[in-house]
This record gives sequence, structure tokens and C-alpha cells, in this order.
Amino acid sequence: MAVLVKIPTQLRAAAEGAAETEVSGETVAEALNGLYERYGELRERIANEDGSLRRFVNVYLAGEDIRFLDGLATPVPDGAELTILPAVAGG
Amino acid sequence: MAVSHLQCKECKAQYPLEALYVCEQCFGPLEVAYDHSGISLDVGELRRRIQGGPQNIWRYADFLPLAGGPPGPSGRLPAGCTPLIRADRLAERLGLREVWVKNDAANPTHSFKDRVVSVAVTRARELGFETIACASTGNLANSVAAHGAALGMDSYVFIPANLEEQKILATGIYGTKLVGVDGSYDDVNRLCTELCAERDWAFVNINLRPYYAEGSKTLAFEIAEQLGWELPDRCVVPVASGSLFTKIARGFEEWTELGLIEGKAPRMNGAQAEGCSPVASAYADGHDVCRPVKPDTIAKSLAIGNPADGPYALDLARRTGGGVDAVSDDEIRAGIKLLAETTGVFTETAGGVTTAVLAKLAARGDIDPDERVVLVITGDGLKTLDAVRDSFETYKIGASVESFENTVPEAVAV
Repeated sequence: MAVLVKIPTQLRAAAEGAAETEVSGETVAEALNGLYERYGELRERIANEDGSLRRFVNVYLAGEDIRFLDGLATPVPDGAELTILPAVAGG
Repeated sequence: MAVSHLQCKECKAQYPLEALYVCEQCFGPLEVAYDHSGISLDVGELRRRIQGGPQNIWRYADFLPLAGGPPGPSGRLPAGCTPLIRADRLAERLGLREVWVKNDAANPTHSFKDRVVSVAVTRARELGFETIACASTGNLANSVAAHGAALGMDSYVFIPANLEEQKILATGIYGTKLVGVDGSYDDVNRLCTELCAERDWAFVNINLRPYYAEGSKTLAFEIAEQLGWELPDRCVVPVASGSLFTKIARGFEEWTELGLIEGKAPRMNGAQAEGCSPVASAYADGHDVCRPVKPDTIAKSLAIGNPADGPYALDLARRTGGGVDAVSDDEIRAGIKLLAETTGVFTETAGGVTTAVLAKLAARGDIDPDERVVLVITGDGLKTLDAVRDSFETYKIGASVESFENTVPEAVAV
């Protein structure tokens, strides 16, 4: 499955400046692994050693927080869009 | 000025004092660090300097993240110096000895948000921004729109489209570009985080967030100053993102470190609505991170399902011997009524949450009767009128003495 991953500004320096990139994978975890394979530095920026996401990293599949879906195991349909964003406080 | 740099709360990496909010190394939030080594260590002198300052938050400018000091008098909306009211009738109803109400509805746009927005927009101007913006649950919307108008800055305000009508009207009137988003606050926040990356705007609670959050410390400074340079024993504070809750504690800590106040850090009790209680649930379950929720509560100003400062709020509640509790919508309405009937302060739903949590703590016996408790009321009841509709009866009479006395027999003249 082809997945478009949108990379936040804070991570672009570690991704050769790319704002988005296409990877393949059946699940969110596989898609993120595809991303890490392309830009190795991103892994340690957003993931813990066990592969889980750091606590201030939010990942959205078509606008929905993956924690409301199946987390990293969430299946990704072909052509889906994954957005990585920092958690920010609100008001 | 004592402001030094930005620092990651997680990995302590340092950054310059720019419009940055996320650590590039670990994605942790950035906050402002100070160097108070140049400040007078003579407590008496420091106190006199504060007391000689203006009757607004700029009396605390030494402890705020501005490079050029407080803004000039033109076009500013002075926030802060709101009343701290001794609430003996409320205390008596709850079986407590000493309860104080910090009424932050008494700000220019009727909520505590004027404190954080004043700081954020002042810093935004220092950094050369011409447009301010925010993602808001309502109170922030009012404040950003009003500050934009006062300072002549363009503003964009993003809100969930289903917000209370009062909060929408009290935003649009200032001539802001108001954007109602089909979705929850968390959707609005996500959208604004994406928009922020591509625009040269100061989103006060996103890219200006480290500066913005510092404004909440002024609530702690005022409480301490108004109590005669003393600390309360306990504070009950509403929790949405967790920023206000943690920054009030930070304010007390900062002044204690400088010797301006002495004593033990207050117990910090967070207040949430059951319909949006990710922090209270994590507290009850012993977790140190929050699982996001889809909010469903009348307390819309607290309806943040994905609270970014949740882990810090949990840590603070545990560290100080406080807690985080949640109350139902009916308890929230009862809280609004209780505060109104015993203090004359009419608060919005968030204040109902806070008052109801205080009542719950008191009923549970969690509060020692000798404690000095401060209840932080963050917004005005006129902002959420639907919450109190049909909560009382009105006598309907004709315009005659007879009709009055027939309808209200207990008021018959003797």
C-alpha cells in the first residue's frame, strides 16, 4: 500500500528537507518503518527503543489520531495520508 | 531582564528565544528558562519594586519572558490584579475554615486567558509578527480577538463550530477573522498546528506557546501577594491542557526559590469534567501519561481530549499531595449555583467544575479543616448561559401590589 507521510517542520532537517514522502506498508507501524528506512535519523527523534511513539508525538491517519484507532497496528488503506505532529497544549 | 533561553522540558536541549515550541531532538515541549542572578536578593526591596508597579500583570515583568520589558501604555488591554475574595459563606457550607476565590473573570475579556495572551502578543510584537492567531475552546478566542483589536494587529481565530453562542458573539465583535471548524477542539488544534508551519503568524498557543504559558504564573504571583506574601495550603484549579495548573505551581516555586515567599508548596488539585477527564482518569488509574478521549461535556472550555501537559499535571498532583478529580455535568451546574449563592460570583461551566471538585474534596474529608484553600475561577458565567437556563423559577405577576402579595405570600407587608 502506498502511504503519503507528512513530515512536520521540526523534523525536516532530519529528512533532507522533505515536507512529505511516499512509503509503503500495510499498517501505521510498517509505514513508519518505511519512513525510518529512508531517513534513519527520524527513528530516534519520534520513536522509543521498543518502536512505540514518544509521548509528545501524535500521528494522524486521515485526520484521526491513531490512538482512537488501533494505534501502530492500524491498517492503512492505499493512498492514505499519515500526518506526524507535535502535541501542543491548547486553550 | 532575566529571560535567558528556551529549553526542552524533556531532554534539556537549549534553543534561542524565538517562535519555537518543539524540541527537534526529542519532540518534547520547550519552555522559557530564566537567569535571576542579576535580580536583587533583598526580599524587601524586591517586594517594594513589585508593589510599586502597575495594577496589572506587568508589575511582574521581571518574571515574564519579554526581552524589552513591559509594553507601553498605548493599545494594551491590562490583564490581572483580579480580586481574591475571602469566601466564608462558601467555606461554611463545605465545612472548611478558610476558602478564597480568585475571581479571574474580572479580566478585560472575562477570563484568565487575557494574562497569557497579553504576554504572547507582546512577545509576538518583539519578534516582529504582524498577525496573531489561535486555536480556541472559546475564552482564548475572545482574548486574542480583543488583543488584536487593541493593538491593531490582524487576527485569525479558529474554534469548534459548535461553541457556545456567547463565546462566538464575544469574539466576532472585535473584527477578527473567525473560523468555525467542523470538528472538536482537538481537530482545531491539529489543523492549526499544520497551518502554523506554513504561515508567518504568531499562533499564541502553538508557536508562541512557551511565552504564552508563562502568563499563567501571574495568577500564582497575585495570590501570594494578595495573601500578604504567603502561600496557600491548597489550590483547586481547572485542567484542560494542564498548562494553567502546572504554571500556577511554577509561579509559586519560582518565588519560593527567590525567597519572596516561604513555606511548603501548595497541594495542587486539578478539576475536570467527567465528559472529558483524560487527566483525572490517568490519575485514578496510576498512569503517568493520558489516553486521549472524545469530549462530551457542558464544560466546553475544558474540552481538550488530548492534553499536551497531562503528564506534567499528573506529576505535579502526585508530587504535591494533591490530586485530579472529575465531576458530572449535574455537579457542574450545582457548582455554578453554589458559588453564585455563597459568594456573588457567577462563573462559567469551568468554574462550576472547579467549585464542584472543591465540594467533592471537602465532602470526602480530603481537606484538613485548618487549611487555607484557594479556588481559581477562570471565567465568567455570562459566557455559558445555557448551563443555568431553567435552574430557578421567576415569579410572574401583574403590575399591582395585590398581584405581588398573592403570588409571593411570604413578602406580604405586616
